[in-house]
Order: sequence, then C-alpha cells, then structure tokens
Amino acid sequence: MPRTRTPVVAGWFAGDGDDFTLLGTRCSACAAVFFPREDGHCRNPGCAGGDLAEIPLSRRGRVWSYTDSRYRPPSPYVTDPELPWEPYALIAVELPAERIVVLGQAVPGVTVADLAVGMEVEVVPGVLHEDGETIWTTWHWRPTGVAA
Amino acid sequence: MTGEVAVLGAGMHPWGKWGRGFVEYGVAAARAALADADLEWRDVGSIVGADTVRGGYPGYVAGATFAKALGWQGARVTSVYAACASGAQAVAAARAQILAGLADVVLVVGADSAPKGFFRPAGGDRPDDPDWLRFRVLGATNPTYFGLYARRRMAVHGDTPEDFAQVKVKNSALGALNPNARYRKRVTAEEVAASAMVADPLRLLDICATSDGGAALVLSSMEFARRRGVTEPVRIRAVSTVTPTYPNTVLDLPDIATDAATAVEPAPEPFRASIARAAYEEAGIGPEELSVAEVYDLSTALELQWYEDLGLCGEGEGAKLLREGATAPGGRIPVNTSGGLGSFGEAVPAQAIAQVCEITWQLRGTAGDRQVEGARVGITANQGLFGHGSAVIAVR
Repeated sequence: MPRTRTPVVAGWFAGDGDDFTLLGTRCSACAAVFFPREDGHCRNPGCAGGDLAEIPLSRRGRVWSYTDSRYRPPSPYVTDPELPWEPYALIAVELPAERIVVLGQAVPGVTVADLAVGMEVEVVPGVLHEDGETIWTTWHWRPTGVAA
Repeated sequence: MTGEVAVLGAGMHPWGKWGRGFVEYGVAAARAALADADLEWRDVGSIVGADTVRGGYPGYVAGATFAKALGWQGARVTSVYAACASGAQAVAAARAQILAGLADVVLVVGADSAPKGFFRPAGGDRPDDPDWLRFRVLGATNPTYFGLYARRRMAVHGDTPEDFAQVKVKNSALGALNPNARYRKRVTAEEVAASAMVADPLRLLDICATSDGGAALVLSSMEFARRRGVTEPVRIRAVSTVTPTYPNTVLDLPDIATDAATAVEPAPEPFRASIARAAYEEAGIGPEELSVAEVYDLSTALELQWYEDLGLCGEGEGAKLLREGATAPGGRIPVNTSGGLGSFGEAVPAQAIAQVCEITWQLRGTAGDRQVEGARVGITANQGLFGHGSAVIAVR
C-alpha cells in the first residue's frame, strides 16, 4: 500500500516544486500578516478586526541568523534512536515583503559552514520523517542557486 | 507613585542536582529567609509561590504546596506562573498585597527539581501549543534559540566566540566564591573552546544547565520594618513585568516566527529593553546609578545582550564593555556577582527570586568575597517563554 504524504501541521504550507509556499493569513482591515496562521481574530491591538484570509508568504528571504542541533532533540521531535544522530541546521529567515522572521530547518546537506547572515534562501518542500504509513512533510530553507 | 517594600529576609537552598522533590528545596529556602528576617512562619500573613510546572502536579499550586509543607497556619495564598519570570511575578504579587494593605509580611518562594537534559514540553499531542510545535516541527531546543541570538550578534556587532567565553571566565570565577552555586570551579577560555558544540556557535560551557534549587524572600511594609527596629532595610523600589508590544520583531522562545511588520511600524525599543525601561521609570533611577546587576545569562552571549538592553552601554558595545572589565568585580558595574545562571544552572521558578537574594546581600554588604564595595542600587533582569520578562530594582 502506498504511503500517504501528510503535512506535519495542516494549513501551514502548500504546493509542489516552484509553487510551494508557506501559508499565512492577512487581516482585511489592517493588512497585518500572521504566520503561523491566525484564524480567530487579528492580533494588532490597534485594529478593530477584519476578516482573516489565507495568503502565500514570500518564497525568498534573507538569513537573519542560523544555528544547528548537535544533539538529538527530545520528543515530540521524532527520531530513530537506533540510528546515529545527524545534526541539521536551523535557519531564521527574514521575508522582506512581510517583514517577518520565520524559522525552519535547512535542506539536508546544508550545514552552518554553508550559511551566512544576509544570504538569500528560498522555501522548498521537505520531509520531516517517515514511518510505515506516512511521509510527514514540512518546509525547508535552501540557499538560492543550490540545486535540489 | 508606587511605594517601597522592605526585604527583611533572603534565603536559598543550594543549587545542584540533588535528586529530591522541589518542596524540600522550597521549604529549606523559606526557613532560611524567615530565620534571616528573624520572623516565625506564623508571623507571615501571605505566601506567594512561583509555580513549578515541570515538578509534577503539586507544583502547579506552589503557594499552597509550600504553605502545607511549612504547616497550615491560615495565611492568604497566591500562586503565579510566568515561565522564567515566575519568581519576579511572585515578588510583584507580594508587593501589591503589601502596598494595598492586604498583608504586612509576605513570604515569596520558588523551587524546582529539574529533569536531566534538554527541557521539553509536557507529553501528549498538543498542536495548538507553540512550545509543543517548535519541538515537533523543528526540534528547536532552547539552546538553538540561544545559538541564533549569538550568531546574530557575531554578524551584526562583530562579537566573537572568544568574547562569549570571557563571560564564562568572569562568571565562573564569581560562582567559585558562592556557596549556593552549583558550579564552583573557575573555567578558562581554553576549557570553553574545548567543550562540545551544542548549538553553533555556542558550546556546552556557553549554555546554562538545568538545576535543582530553591530561593525565598520575606517582604514587608516599610511600617512593619520600622516597628521591628529595622531602620535601613533593603527596599524594592520597582518591579517591571511588562509584556511586548505588537509587532514583536525579535524571535522569542517558543515561537516559530516573529510578528510581521506589515500593519504597524515596530517600536524602536526591543522587548528586553522595554522591561528595563519600565523598571527605571518606576524607580526614578537610571542605569548610571546602578552599583550591581544580575542578568539572565541563559547563554554567555545573552549576558552581553543584556548589557545593552539595560543601558549599561550602547547597542553593539556589550563585548567592549566586557573586555574593558567594567562588568567584572572592581569594574564600573559588576554583573552577575552571584556567578549567574552559568554557575547556578536554571531552576526556573526560583531563579528570579535568587537574583533578588543576591542583590539583597550585595546591598546589605554581606556578600562576602563577592561583595561590591559600597553597593547602593541593584537591578535584576530576566526573560522567559511566552512573552514574559521582569526586572526588579532594589536600593538601600
């Protein structure tokens, strides 16, 4: 039986390939943008509250900062304790249009040695982990110009 | 105009990894603070507990837990939770009760029994909890956030890992002098550089551990202190517990993103600086008047950030201030004379109370080998998850 592809969180991202984007929401009254999405009420204290509509976030931004996880994170992060721990990089990316910083894992193979503050990166679809039934999908940041 | 309250007693249970329940540490600290105040538990009209979320069920109601362990005596009870700022919020609640005339003497207690390894969220699937989400989706432990801040400082201000290591060198030398600290060994820059990388660019000895410990304060009205013959007590003059302003543009734990700045221009002052400013305004005191400061050095790099947020120096000048020796013993404004979190390890609900204990001893002139000569004004500062932060200013 083929495994299903399921987003690790519903409604945070969508699309394939070059159409892949993070999804936020935007207030119709004040233009505030929210990620993770805010579907209840606008959080701008100066806004009476408009309708919150889903919008795609900018696909490209600049590295605000980066680090990595040299030790295995605890649950609920899912890892296979049988396998040796492979560190991954975490990148905080500033999206210029929204003026928001969004954290994400780097694509596999990109390490802190490949990164610099201010470098351009783009959002790409990624896999968080897999089990018998499900491929859990997520978003990754990838330096632009790096082949998939 | 807010009035002052007196600090009549301060007490701690030493920090460590003792493997016992948090109630024992809290009760020991409470008894030490009461003895220091020369008061009986039955003299206390109100007890405020800083909650111990990770200690298990009873910790959710810390005030009552400590009141029962000390022996029910009918005192008014309050429990507060504000992550790392829980202890300062407990001080704030106690102060409000005293100034409102609801109690003459309030006992403030916080204690923790910390788990091994990384802090992690409580169990179960909770996709509406940002603390659960950052672990599930990103595996983003607390040290990874500290790593992000440290790397950002390196890129923007030119700080180096060697600067960060010097914070550890300074604080470990002070911790070595503090009988309540968990780590009492001086550390060299070479030892920091040789320790394991945890979250690039931060190494094990740049990052604070998680510890067991307890701290307590006995606070009273100024009138009560006078009646007791305490003519010149340490006084708490300000307690800042402000929240951020929208849009909050610095990535804070446990968030996956900042607020966007599409609708509202961000305030020129970041959250941490606003915490300190509110305290300065309430106290009518400026950073140039400080004798001593206790700041939340979750990492070595974060201590440098606090120098700037407290206004001890300009933005980007934290490492320079450290290199000049201004924040070391004998300097213009010694910081973390207790040894800081680097020497203690974080016992979450006790930590902000422990900061006030250290300031109290400094202002009394009883800090022993760590004493800052002639200390008159002290500030504490900290920041916790979920938009919590605090600063306390005490004077004598």
